[in-house]
Amino acid sequence: METFGWIQLALFLIALALITKPMGLYLAQVLDPNGRTWLDPVLRPLERGTFRVMGIRPDEEHNWKQYTFAMLLFSLVGCVFTYAILRFQYFLPFNPQKFGAVNPDLAFNTAASFTTNTNWQNYSGESTLSYFSQMVGLAFHNFVSAATGIAIAAALVRAIARHSAKTIGNFWVDLVRVTYYLLVPICLVFAVFLVSQGMIQNFKPYTKATLTEPMKVEVEKKNAKGEAIKGPDGKAVTEQQTVTEQNIVQGPMASQVAIKMLGTNGGGYANANAAHPFENPTPLSNFAQMLSIFAIGSGLTYYLGRMVKNQKHGWTVWTAMVVLFLGGVLLCWWAESSGNPIHQHLGIAAADGNMEGKEVRFGIFNSALFATVTTDASCGAVNSAHDSFTPLGGFVPLFNMQLGEIIIGGVGAGLYGILVFVVLAVFIAGLMVGRTPEYLGKKIEAYDVKMAMLSLLILAISILGFAASAIVSKWGLDGLNNKGPHGLSEILYAFTSGAGNNGSAFAGLTGNTPWYNTTLGLDMLFGRFLMIVPIMALAGSLVQKKVAPASAGTFPVHGGTFLILLLGTVLLVGALNFLPALTLGPIVEHFLMQGGKLF
Amino acid sequence: MTQKPASLFDWNIVGPAIGDAFKKLNPRLMVKNPVMFVTMVGAALTTVGIFTTEPALRGFVAQLAIWLWFTVLFANFAEAVAEGRGKAQAASLRRARKETMARRLRNSHEERVPAQILQKGNLVVCEAGDIIPADGDVVEGIASVDEAAITGESAPVIRESGGDRSAVTGGTRVLSDRIVIRVTADKGAGFLDKMIALVEGARRQKTPNEIALTILLAALTFIFLLVCVTLKPFGIYSGAAFWIPVLVALLVCLIPTTIGGLLSAIGIAGMDRVLQRNVLAMSGRAVEAAGDVDVLLLDKTGTITLGNRMAVAFHPAPGISPDDLAASAQLSSLADETPEGRSIVVLAKEKFGLRARDMHELEATFVPFTAQTRMSGVDLHANGAQPTMRVRKGAAEAVRGFVELAGGIFPQPVTSTVDEISHRGGTPLVVASDMMTLGTIELKDVVKGGIKERFAQLRKMGIKTVMITGDNPLTAAAIAAEAGVDDFMAEATPEQKLKRIRHEQAEGHLVAMTGDGTNDAPALAQADVGVAMNTGTQAAREAGNMVDLDSNPTKLIDIVEIGKQMLITRGSLTTFSIANDVAKYFAIIPAMLMARFSEVAPLNIMHLHSPTSAILSAVIFNALIIVALIPLALRGVAYKPMGALAILQRNLLIYGFGGLVVPFIGIKLIDLIITALHMA
Repeated sequence: METFGWIQLALFLIALALITKPMGLYLAQVLDPNGRTWLDPVLRPLERGTFRVMGIRPDEEHNWKQYTFAMLLFSLVGCVFTYAILRFQYFLPFNPQKFGAVNPDLAFNTAASFTTNTNWQNYSGESTLSYFSQMVGLAFHNFVSAATGIAIAAALVRAIARHSAKTIGNFWVDLVRVTYYLLVPICLVFAVFLVSQGMIQNFKPYTKATLTEPMKVEVEKKNAKGEAIKGPDGKAVTEQQTVTEQNIVQGPMASQVAIKMLGTNGGGYANANAAHPFENPTPLSNFAQMLSIFAIGSGLTYYLGRMVKNQKHGWTVWTAMVVLFLGGVLLCWWAESSGNPIHQHLGIAAADGNMEGKEVRFGIFNSALFATVTTDASCGAVNSAHDSFTPLGGFVPLFNMQLGEIIIGGVGAGLYGILVFVVLAVFIAGLMVGRTPEYLGKKIEAYDVKMAMLSLLILAISILGFAASAIVSKWGLDGLNNKGPHGLSEILYAFTSGAGNNGSAFAGLTGNTPWYNTTLGLDMLFGRFLMIVPIMALAGSLVQKKVAPASAGTFPVHGGTFLILLLGTVLLVGALNFLPALTLGPIVEHFLMQGGKLF
Repeated sequence: MTQKPASLFDWNIVGPAIGDAFKKLNPRLMVKNPVMFVTMVGAALTTVGIFTTEPALRGFVAQLAIWLWFTVLFANFAEAVAEGRGKAQAASLRRARKETMARRLRNSHEERVPAQILQKGNLVVCEAGDIIPADGDVVEGIASVDEAAITGESAPVIRESGGDRSAVTGGTRVLSDRIVIRVTADKGAGFLDKMIALVEGARRQKTPNEIALTILLAALTFIFLLVCVTLKPFGIYSGAAFWIPVLVALLVCLIPTTIGGLLSAIGIAGMDRVLQRNVLAMSGRAVEAAGDVDVLLLDKTGTITLGNRMAVAFHPAPGISPDDLAASAQLSSLADETPEGRSIVVLAKEKFGLRARDMHELEATFVPFTAQTRMSGVDLHANGAQPTMRVRKGAAEAVRGFVELAGGIFPQPVTSTVDEISHRGGTPLVVASDMMTLGTIELKDVVKGGIKERFAQLRKMGIKTVMITGDNPLTAAAIAAEAGVDDFMAEATPEQKLKRIRHEQAEGHLVAMTGDGTNDAPALAQADVGVAMNTGTQAAREAGNMVDLDSNPTKLIDIVEIGKQMLITRGSLTTFSIANDVAKYFAIIPAMLMARFSEVAPLNIMHLHSPTSAILSAVIFNALIIVALIPLALRGVAYKPMGALAILQRNLLIYGFGGLVVPFIGIKLIDLIITALHMA
């Protein structure tokens, strides 16, 4: 844990703290239909035109059911649209590599993945998808799924801020305004910056390079249709090939990467994601990408404080997130720096710790920091192989996601996720001070507790239910490339990543099978939409409530005591559920590694 | 009924409660409490497990099963004890409910009928010695009534037709005279019937916060059920076949059994505490709402002040000695039987040592107060019919007229003293003897001792107090300042009270008020918590949701504290229960894994003796903690009036941090004991 790491961590925290307020202020303007931004001269006419074409009346607000219905309808249509593009990409333009149709199950998985802001990739971008599929079928979702998350968070915040009301905003207006005023402009600037760092942005076919040293690989044998041939044992038949040429990926990468980070999507343009030299060319691009993952989520906490007229509350929620973030970074960094005792014993370990699966350009600290950031924020972009982390180093990303992606979190999703915990913390603490619990003056009653707990329940069912069924089914075990507790971690990680809408993977799992494509697809849909419905119901309940004025009898939802309370609730109510499963995975693996066993 | 709190473990209550704990195992009753129902199912599964496991481990599984059953029984026992205490109260209430014969009036002739066939609207006659057969209103006559049966207060009270003291309660006894009562409640719907049903727990409905908490606990239980069920496949993959009894033990330790087992006991005990303070609450919801109240409307008279104006000072006019003023003031008041008059005599005695003189010896005649003269006083007849000296006291204007008529001058300094006193909120009475103006007596509402401190406490609790009075704004402001209330309503009418309550509620406040008169009924009904005085009218008692048998308006503050205490106890035990899970994880999880992965030994941070002793210790701790906390559940967590943040910090430290630490110690101790006893 060298000094440069500490300096970079401090720089990262300072930068994060500095962008929070401006981002929050800008969000407040964007999320107000009458808000003013300096982009108005350009975007107002475009916004008005869009509303006219779509038949949206921007002054008409929705109640929670209408809002949720609009969001679900929009997502469903988007999901079907992407499925269709993937299935028909052969007939669609911008396909210089002439890629064929994507399998039905993979197309479902991918459509679900991008609709839910997960960007779990059971395909390898450069060898499966055309430019058209990438830019229209997927990048479209990178924008609107992020905008959807922010819209839901805004609706919940409005519900908290308003009182004795029914409506929580207009979904279409939120969607359009977030996309036009927030995501597109920032991405334009960010993409130009990334190009300046050396990231590619073109429509060229892939470049062929001749290898200086030909290599032999085992590949799956395919029939004329491009389907894998299976042997009598059901396993794919493999053959040896000698590779003499390398395809170097080309394409509109910078524009894709900008929204992948800012919108916490995480789906890499290249399979290697942010470890690929084109996709993450410099230390500065690495730093900026990490910061952009947190930017909107962090700003939303300021937006919360501003809307409810209690800025300290916003900052307390932010601090809770940052404390959990720091805990994760430090543990992960320490575990990776400590390295693997078995390697050390054999004398083959890198001097500064566990370098397996890490990009040499980033080293231990930046890999640990990136892994923590990307799993805190349900982004899922990676610049190192989480699968190759030490058991405790790999425990951190897994644990971050199991908390429900609330540490800064996915854009919007992080805020509405932690607000569920805020409601529960307020409920328990409210009883402890002897009053019907109040959150910012609103009574938290049976219905609200029911909806908050329902969303936690859905997360637990999605993760534990699917993982438990995978681990004892033939289909589930077939995808596993590692044994023992590490295999358990891989399966647990996949379904956690899916339900948390993260999208990063413990790469040891072969996910592109009909069974995994289907279950992971469902897992992602549950983790997104089944979570949102009770949260929107909570918003519908909160918006109607009267506000009781604060007095000495109401405890403040800011400051140290509330911070401890919120952290306690997150850890005791949110995390304890996953501890037994985690014990059988990374924790046992850690002790076994100490005892000299690897998997 | 004397509401002495029964000692926590009175054998008369504990004995039957042990039996009830078994009776409550009826699954149809258990299912109402999801946490304990799951525990019971787990206990049953483990019992079956005794016969299906290998003989070497039977002893261990049998012990697990026993302790799991104990967990359920302890929870049932807690509820049964709380109910038992309620029943003891109810029994003494019911003794007041002896079967009586009623004298019903039908077409103005009397018939004797059993009390239980009386219906609403019937007229019954009660004479000295009769027990009043049902709740009702006096429609004719006046009587003194012994209400000791329900209030415990032995002094009889007056009940008369009309006015604000017309309500009578079934079960009380008429001591003198004859009254006719119109029955206002059918048999079984009366006051006592409702309260008996409530304290016995039979008709107890869950309060809103209790329902919300039950949902939280049920959801946690479901999540942990999912955790334990999915642990089985994870175990199969890992080559560690977790057996069912161990998974059940883990489940029961993780689900919030501590609060789940004590939840209903806390609610019942709360109602019981309300009754101990001689307050009848119509529902648990009302008591809980009392904890939320943040505005108290209090009548000035009787609540904040002692009730009557009292003389507090003599201000002599220029050239008059204080003694002379006091003597004349006393003289003018000797025969004045009003409380004000008596207070003047008392003040003269206290300050100047003047003893009361006999009116006959002085040959004085009393001149009573009339609306025309607006003065009272005495005429002295030294010898003969003509008065030799006329002493008067009264309002400044009236006395000025009196003095000036006699040819005297009303001195300017007296006028200014009068104005000053008025400004202070006092009432000035000027004393004159013929043409001499002697000075001014200052009368004042006397604020009850200690009330200011009480209001300061309320402020710390975040409760605003509003004084309601018919006085003019000047007087009201002065008393409000002296008593330390936050706000006041002067010249208040019943309509204004109602309006004020609606206004406060519209701003999001929860309002409590006390009242006794019929004209208070609308406001009592509108208030979130309306406490009617037992001395009040039937209309007021029906409009409110609580009745104070002692008719003591400051009782409202006690009720607020009980309401808060009920919530605090639930919240604190919930926090404790959830925080306990951490230690239980560290006890059970390593124990479960040891057989398959011996490398995890360092996770056994408590150094428990063996896997079986670790699991058993956690389960035993989980069961015993319920018993250990029964007294706390029944007594309630101590409530001190202080700011919400301070309370939160205190309870978070005790029950949150304590909840983390205590089980580590407890489980370790139990492990040492059962290891020493070779139980595991």
